[in-house]
Amino acid sequence: MKRFLPYLAVAFFASVPLWLQDQYFLHTLVVTGIFIIAAMSLNLLLGYTGQLSLGHVAFFGIGAYVSALTSLGFSLSIFGVQITHEPWPAVVGVILGTIIAGLCGYLIGKLAFRVRGAYFVIVTISFAEVVRLVSLNWVELTNGPLALPGIPPLTLGFEWTGFATLWGKGQNYYVVLATIVLAYVLIKRIVNSPYGRAMIALRENETLATSVGVSVTKYLVLAAVISGAMAGTAGGLYAHYIQIIDPMVFMFLNTVTMVIMVITGGKGTLAGPLVGGLIFGIAPVILRDYVGPEVQWILYGLLMILIVFVLPEGIVPAVERWFTRKTGNSAAKRSALVLESSKGARS
Amino acid sequence: MDQLSQHIVNALIMGGTYALLGIGLTLIFGIMRIVNFTHGELYALGAYMMYFFATILGLNFFVSIAFAIVAGMAVGSVIEFTLLRPKRGADIDTTMLLMIGAWIVLQNVEHLTWGGIAKSIPSPLPEQPLVIGPVSISWLRVMVLGVSLFLIAATYVLINRTKLGKAMRATFQDGGTAALMGVNVNAIYTTTFALGSGLGAAAGALLGPVFVVTPTMGDLASLKAFAIVILGGLGNITGAAIGGFMLAFAEEIGAGYISSGYRDAMGFLIIIVVLLFKPTGLFARSERIG
Repeated sequence: MKRFLPYLAVAFFASVPLWLQDQYFLHTLVVTGIFIIAAMSLNLLLGYTGQLSLGHVAFFGIGAYVSALTSLGFSLSIFGVQITHEPWPAVVGVILGTIIAGLCGYLIGKLAFRVRGAYFVIVTISFAEVVRLVSLNWVELTNGPLALPGIPPLTLGFEWTGFATLWGKGQNYYVVLATIVLAYVLIKRIVNSPYGRAMIALRENETLATSVGVSVTKYLVLAAVISGAMAGTAGGLYAHYIQIIDPMVFMFLNTVTMVIMVITGGKGTLAGPLVGGLIFGIAPVILRDYVGPEVQWILYGLLMILIVFVLPEGIVPAVERWFTRKTGNSAAKRSALVLESSKGARS
Repeated sequence: MDQLSQHIVNALIMGGTYALLGIGLTLIFGIMRIVNFTHGELYALGAYMMYFFATILGLNFFVSIAFAIVAGMAVGSVIEFTLLRPKRGADIDTTMLLMIGAWIVLQNVEHLTWGGIAKSIPSPLPEQPLVIGPVSISWLRVMVLGVSLFLIAATYVLINRTKLGKAMRATFQDGGTAALMGVNVNAIYTTTFALGSGLGAAAGALLGPVFVVTPTMGDLASLKAFAIVILGGLGNITGAAIGGFMLAFAEEIGAGYISSGYRDAMGFLIIIVVLLFKPTGLFARSERIG
């Protein structure tokens, strides 16, 4: 049953635009999907290497700005040298945004992983704030608080098939869904590879992992690069879907949203960010009929506190355990036992 | 030269409140090891309480500052009692998530209570500035510096010269032994958190009349306080005081001679540079952090 669950989920979500009439809800799903990609990338760092990066929105925003500027073109002068960039196709923008966000992940990883715990958190926040202030003040490039409007939508296709411009919500929905599937498969393969095991070993006991020859910097920086690049892809998709971005994308609250998604769903589980992301992406749409945005945020904050007290591991591990107890499947029970004992060893 | 001396005076005045903010956080983050994201909200709370007592109720300016500090200490105690006490001994990530939750709740409660429009607090002091040679300072800012220096000195005496201060230092050095010696460790945790929160609220109450009061004013304050604490070394009160003045100078000089748009970036650049080259802070004994 559990083996087919991902396929069933993909089949269900692929059918949504066929029967969903409410265009606003479809829009919500597209934006939720984009944030789920970002949350999945954060989960790789937070869940699997155990490093809480609270500057993750920087990668998202860098991906969005790079992608937007690549497809819009710009001209600026640095130290008297005039640089002019002609607009390139939007797809190239997303790819460049991914690469540059990954490069930033490399640089930040190299710098920030020299410290741990609270210090690491504060370095990552500082990085995101510096990037936000640059986007606000480098008006010549980013247009500052006046935002970058008129970003072209994604165009897919080849010379011989003809090009299709993705104006509609349904088309963007499928692009986002495909990216989520791709990201899921990528993270699953990484986590189940020796690289992933090294990352988990570092999370569980860094001293022990180092003593058996796991290179700390190598694996943590690798995780930061992949995580940053993936968040950059999400940012690029966001820019071309919403078609306007301003320095508000770098808001700390966006990072907090991603963190809440990962923690609620279950950090360090493959399905966690998907479940948490769906809950926190759709909840605002349902809640907004009843309460204002401030009350919504208050509820989020209270929920976050509640989760830490009641379900510290998140929803997915809790449901898994409940399911195992219910069905009494011996194989699943055994794996749950292993899980329990490894928990015991950790604490 | 005249311009430089004016910048130095401005930095000195901001530095006093930054030092209060930093000392408050160094008690909580440096000594209790709680990554306290609510610190900036306590700063905002102090400013709103100042608005409530001085502008709405029309109380005396200094009495209002005292009430704002008491309100900050009360909210700090509640946070410690309800959220941190049940999770004593939990790892740093758990308490950090709790603090992020509390931060979101506090900020939006402020937004809901006071609305999104900025509030200004009129000052009762003379409008005419104090002029010394080429430098002119408003009386309000002189008062702000005076009160913050007084509070810094009072905190220093409290921590280093009183029995309560001794109990605090003992608790965070070795809680078990302190408890055996008859120290009520739980009470000390709550007191320390309340004291740190009160200092944050004091900084807000002092800067509220200088600038305007908005619900999101705490966000930058939190991050700046972290910069100050890291600059001074965790748990080092003198370091935090010096760090506060250093950050104020960096911001003032950066805004005056580089670009005013990057004033707020100075703190973050300082954090990054300090953590890369001297991660234990400028005034701390060596300690493993990586």
